[in-house]
Amino acid sequence: MDTELIIEKFKEKFKSDILDTVIKNQRRIIITINPDSILYVAGYLYRTEGFRFIIATALHTKKGFEIHYHFSKDDAGLILNIHVILDKDNPRIESLSNLFNASNWIEREMHELFGIDFLNHPNQEKLLSEGNWAEGVYPLRKEFK
Amino acid sequence: MSKKTLIPIGPYHPLQEEPELFKLYCDGEIVKDIKWETGYNHRGIEKLSESKTYEQVFFLVERICGICSNSHPFAFANAVEEIAEIDLTNRAKYIRSIIGELERIHSHLLWVGLAGHFLGYNTVFMWAWKYREPVLDLFEMISGNRNSYAMFKVGGVRRDIEETKIPVIQKILDDVKKKTDLLTGAIMDDPVIHARTKGVGILTKQDIIDYGAVGPTARASGVAIDVRKDDPYAAYPLVNWKVITAETGDVFAKAEVRLLEMYESISIIEQCLKGLKKEKPGEISVKVKEIPEGIGNGRAEAPRGEVFHFVQSDGSNSPARHKIRAPSYVNIATFKKSCIGQTISDATISLAAVDPCYCCTERMAVAYDLKSGDKLMNANELINESVKRTNELKKTIKSKL
Repeated sequence: MDTELIIEKFKEKFKSDILDTVIKNQRRIIITINPDSILYVAGYLYRTEGFRFIIATALHTKKGFEIHYHFSKDDAGLILNIHVILDKDNPRIESLSNLFNASNWIEREMHELFGIDFLNHPNQEKLLSEGNWAEGVYPLRKEFK
Repeated sequence: MSKKTLIPIGPYHPLQEEPELFKLYCDGEIVKDIKWETGYNHRGIEKLSESKTYEQVFFLVERICGICSNSHPFAFANAVEEIAEIDLTNRAKYIRSIIGELERIHSHLLWVGLAGHFLGYNTVFMWAWKYREPVLDLFEMISGNRNSYAMFKVGGVRRDIEETKIPVIQKILDDVKKKTDLLTGAIMDDPVIHARTKGVGILTKQDIIDYGAVGPTARASGVAIDVRKDDPYAAYPLVNWKVITAETGDVFAKAEVRLLEMYESISIIEQCLKGLKKEKPGEISVKVKEIPEGIGNGRAEAPRGEVFHFVQSDGSNSPARHKIRAPSYVNIATFKKSCIGQTISDATISLAAVDPCYCCTERMAVAYDLKSGDKLMNANELINESVKRTNELKKTIKSKL
């Protein structure tokens, strides 16, 4: 399917939730959305459009916490980054793990390394450092030395 | 409700080369639930990467995995070149693909061997690893290293493949092809392997989509995803090859996919070698001035599946954020589907079937005398010594009979 068509349909459906769109080329697109709509957007991409969830990347920047959800449309060779910006002091967002299992571990990892809360996650335990790391210390935050 | 017995595999288990803990909750012989604990090997590479320059990161990511040590630099190079919008020379593209495919051959042979080992079928293990050796020798000839080849850099590759080496590579490839025929025939027709792997550890199409599994694990369940075809990079769009899939999703299908993929890899390398002859020698990299601000999503098809690297650049000479996702990260999570309901003995091969990433960096040593600096024994002498001793042993056994 054509990348342009996919994006047109996406824009049409989530008109009010899209904050910014960057089209680098036909294979790499970044769309910034309102964090509250992440579950609807991910559900639409996964169920209706047949996107595969690759992974998510959390970032700690001046704006606060950001997450890039990387989705792949394999038959078009497209990587669609769904980008959200979260609150500086109380980063939280709806978990996608009830939608697909692929995001279960990475959300646990982001919770552990960045301290981002994933609401309604089935099991938000630590993934990597269970039992040997202090509570409330997040090693991938910028202030961590 | 019946009682369950906890059977731990790991964290330091003789069967596993890397530390990880599987907790199997069993009712008698049957696995009812499985939990996985990791982090024993966590080295903080994503954080470390932020303190290295782009050139140094290549050496860092190469050390994430000893077996697919080339696929991480491959994905990282794709990500950085996407930010800086660099076009490679054809020669660099061919060399990258040759290295990538040679790695796939040796990694798949390694897996076939390990799978045999997990099944208690050590003949397969010995064979596969023996046939893997010439591929590693090829790496040593091309890059100077059997593992961690240090071939990649932003804008190209570090070493050229000279014209004189091409016939040697071709000869070894022909040899590997013959051995692969032998191995494939032996495995596909073996009733023991059929009995142990058919219908074991089945992953359905829906499981693959749900867990986002990639690589041979996905392709064995009929999900035809392959980054080399879907999102072409390096020389893959320049050569002819096909994506191998199977439908049943059991351990046998995963073995089948890997074995048949080796033929595709050999064919890709042969085409790349032909392509290499047409290109001008020495044009292996382009000049890169600086990496501008921006983000890059790079991916490459490792032997185990899609490797994904996300790089955020702030215009300085080191990445501001570098996220790495290895294929095992998504593939290992499918254990919850493939192991439950199996017997304990089948669970081990189901665990091994996704080829969780094991490190193999041991190699043949040459012993030197510390004082005089004389070579005491080289590889061939060691082999001869071993043959000699085996013959002596045979003679003594015969004389006793």
